[in-house]
Amino acid sequence: MSVYFLCLVLFCIGLYCILRKRNLIKIIIGIAIIEYAVNLFFVLVGYKMGGRAPILSPGQSIVDMVDPLPQALVLTAIVIGLAVTALIAAIAMRVYEKYGTFDITKIRRLKG
Amino acid sequence: MLELQILLIFMIIGALIAVKAKDLLSSVIALGTVGLGLSLAFLILKAPDLAIAQLVVEILCVIILIRATIKKDLPFSTSGRWFFNTIVTFVFLIVFLSFAYFCIKDLPQFGKPIMKVSQFFLNQGLRQTGATNLVSSVVLDYRAYDTLGEATILFTAVVAVLAVMRRAGRKK
Repeated sequence: MSVYFLCLVLFCIGLYCILRKRNLIKIIIGIAIIEYAVNLFFVLVGYKMGGRAPILSPGQSIVDMVDPLPQALVLTAIVIGLAVTALIAAIAMRVYEKYGTFDITKIRRLKG
Repeated sequence: MLELQILLIFMIIGALIAVKAKDLLSSVIALGTVGLGLSLAFLILKAPDLAIAQLVVEILCVIILIRATIKKDLPFSTSGRWFFNTIVTFVFLIVFLSFAYFCIKDLPQFGKPIMKVSQFFLNQGLRQTGATNLVSSVVLDYRAYDTLGEATILFTAVVAVLAVMRRAGRKK
């Protein structure tokens, strides 16, 4: 129970960072923290107490295995998270080249 | 699961430093510690594939963010309605956390998952797909279309990054 709650606290720190910070890089950091918290939450839900990794091998004494389905989906989500982070970072660098700042309140000119 | 809780508290402290640090480079490095702690947590939760993938992805993510932030540091502005915004944000977070606290009680107990679909994968995975690693049997066989979509997203993101960062053809 408390593990779930600590994971949600990590989520809330990322949410605070997105809501409250004005620097683009800080917002990217907040999005990354939220991604980590959600991935960790899925794996926590699929954990079986006293289980072993879902890899079959002869001569194992422990019968129980943890849930392989959330692990497979999170494996997909981690790679997509890297792609999204790279894309946002590229857009932030481009914004910095054009406006000379990362501050989102100063980026107001709408020129093509 | 005491070690898992200690690791989670370590990750929360790292995230707080990443949010609160004045210097952009140090906050990116603090984000790196959070990701490496997550990799260790996956290892404790018996997910070795995820731990390896998270390790590689975290290093790449830190490299990309350092490339984006280096030599571009700037002071933080605290003008505007600072006090009001902070109060509103904290009220929202407290309401969110209290709702989440009551919702967590309806989830299955930690360590006792409902494994209706997964029990089928665990029993039949080796016979139907021939893979001893059941995670890879799910990724590459049962849900192969998901993996195809992931590859599509990855290539789209790479093309988009190249299009955004391209120097030729840009107006002066």
